[in-house]
Amino acid sequence: MFIKINNITFYYDSFKALDNITFQVDSGQFFTIVGPNGSGKTTLLKCINNTLKPYTGAVYLDKEDISIIGEKAIARKIGVVPQNSSSQFPFTIFDTVLIGRYPHLGTFESESKKDYEVVRHSLDLCDIRHLETRLITELSGGEFQRMVIARALAQEPSVLLLDEPTLHLDINYQIELMELLVKLCKNNGLIIVMVSHDLNLAARYSDRVIILKSGRIFVCGTAEQVFNEQNIFDVYGVNVEILRDKTGCLNIIPLCVKTL
Amino acid sequence: MKNNSSIMFFLLILFVFTVILSLIQGPVDISCKNIFKIIFYKLGIPVSITWDHNVYAIIMSVRIPRVLLGILVGMALAVSGCAMQSMFRNPMAGPYIVGIASGASFGASVIIIFGWTRLLIVPGAFLFSLLTAFCVYYIARVKGKVPVETLLLAGIAVSLFFSAMVSFTQYYASESNLREIVFWLMGGLWKADWYNVLVSFSVIVPCTFILYLFNRELNALMLGEEVAQNVGVKLETTRKIILVLSSLITAAAVSVSGVIGFVGLIVPHIMRMFVGPNHRILVPASAFAGGILLVWMDTFARRIISPTELPVGIITAILGVPFFLFLLRTRKKTMGF
Repeated sequence: MFIKINNITFYYDSFKALDNITFQVDSGQFFTIVGPNGSGKTTLLKCINNTLKPYTGAVYLDKEDISIIGEKAIARKIGVVPQNSSSQFPFTIFDTVLIGRYPHLGTFESESKKDYEVVRHSLDLCDIRHLETRLITELSGGEFQRMVIARALAQEPSVLLLDEPTLHLDINYQIELMELLVKLCKNNGLIIVMVSHDLNLAARYSDRVIILKSGRIFVCGTAEQVFNEQNIFDVYGVNVEILRDKTGCLNIIPLCVKTL
Repeated sequence: MKNNSSIMFFLLILFVFTVILSLIQGPVDISCKNIFKIIFYKLGIPVSITWDHNVYAIIMSVRIPRVLLGILVGMALAVSGCAMQSMFRNPMAGPYIVGIASGASFGASVIIIFGWTRLLIVPGAFLFSLLTAFCVYYIARVKGKVPVETLLLAGIAVSLFFSAMVSFTQYYASESNLREIVFWLMGGLWKADWYNVLVSFSVIVPCTFILYLFNRELNALMLGEEVAQNVGVKLETTRKIILVLSSLITAAAVSVSGVIGFVGLIVPHIMRMFVGPNHRILVPASAFAGGILLVWMDTFARRIISPTELPVGIITAILGVPFFLFLLRTRKKTMGF
């Protein structure tokens, strides 16, 4: 299983948000997209699951063009964890995750035993089974994010897209969440495409990284290849020092902006 | 889950109780026993005839149609109010949000001032309200999409326009026509007959059922447009279908009963407090509660200054609003909006 993003260009009116983006992610790969604000990261994610229609280019899942297979079929293959999710409506966790079964159900079909099992399994994977009757309005940031991931997993997707999943989480939850994602990726063979602002998390957990700059791929490769002082200065305009921590991962420390 | 089925069971009991109570109430005393016997007789079950002809006529052509119409209209307003609130994710949305009430009022007023046959009022109001809803929808359309805020604003604007048109017709209406228009606008179930029951039944019941089938889509929409899209909901198509169904349901209710406020706005909120936001249970619960509430209110409206009656719209607001405010103060936390 692989997902191939082929020559995607996208415009907001006349503004070119994405310019000729091409890359491929294979099963069991953790892929991270980084880049400055407004570089087109979120737009790219939305183009991948076809909620924004690319101007040119296409997204292929195992050579199948996803733009022609319909919304429900896309949702059976691609799960999404969107950026700023929160809810003011007191659904229970179970009911909310059950919404992830939507693409598997026909209009006249009601949820079967299997659907409930998948929901429970997703809750187990995200370690929130014990919270299933809690209301989503009463969850902490970390629990809510796990619930959103469980909902995406209930779609039984082959690809998981995440838009800054660690935003607003404390460092403990950040690490827990990243390790959950790595586990899903390595054990369940999920393709993970994550957008992040956190270069250190990206460096530690990703198999491959691309840096976007003004809607173009500036550089693509492993964390070691991509994260060097020159690249980061060129994209972000910040001088950084790159060190290695105890675990051998890269650590990117901002020093000063280029005008100084 | 268990809690929800007990609430549905309670609503069902209350529903049956409400219907019986409402059938007994009226200026002519009719015993409960005779009411049951007449219903059984009508259903073809052999019973001894212990009632006189007048009683039979009152039950069959006055009280039963009235209760049925009350149930249908209450159900319609509550269900479409519920759908609109969820789709717009706006607690102030109600069945009349896309201008249906004012469109229907204008249609009815025009028919009244031109002195056309009163038989035209129901179909005329129905057509006008749908026409208004379509206008609002197409005004709000930008590049094939209908943003929620634009739709709400367009609905309010068009409503204001038609309200002004209704005022205009009232200004030029003769004394007797004016009275008729004002009564129509107040909303009530006094025009209840089998014709109205059948007309509204044939629209409201099938549309409500189809709307119920969209309970999953409504849940997804409540979690946000982005979430809905991500799980595979066809956003624009779904919205259009829900809007059309709600409009049909509301139009059918308004055209037989005039503009009855409160029920469509408040009943979904009350039910959300009790059963939560999941539409699988919220839609049927709202339907039952709407029917029950309107029949109660109508019974009250018929009896309070017997032998004449008050428009039920007045009662729903005067009695219902304090009740709702009480709930709002005491159970604020679980409401969700």
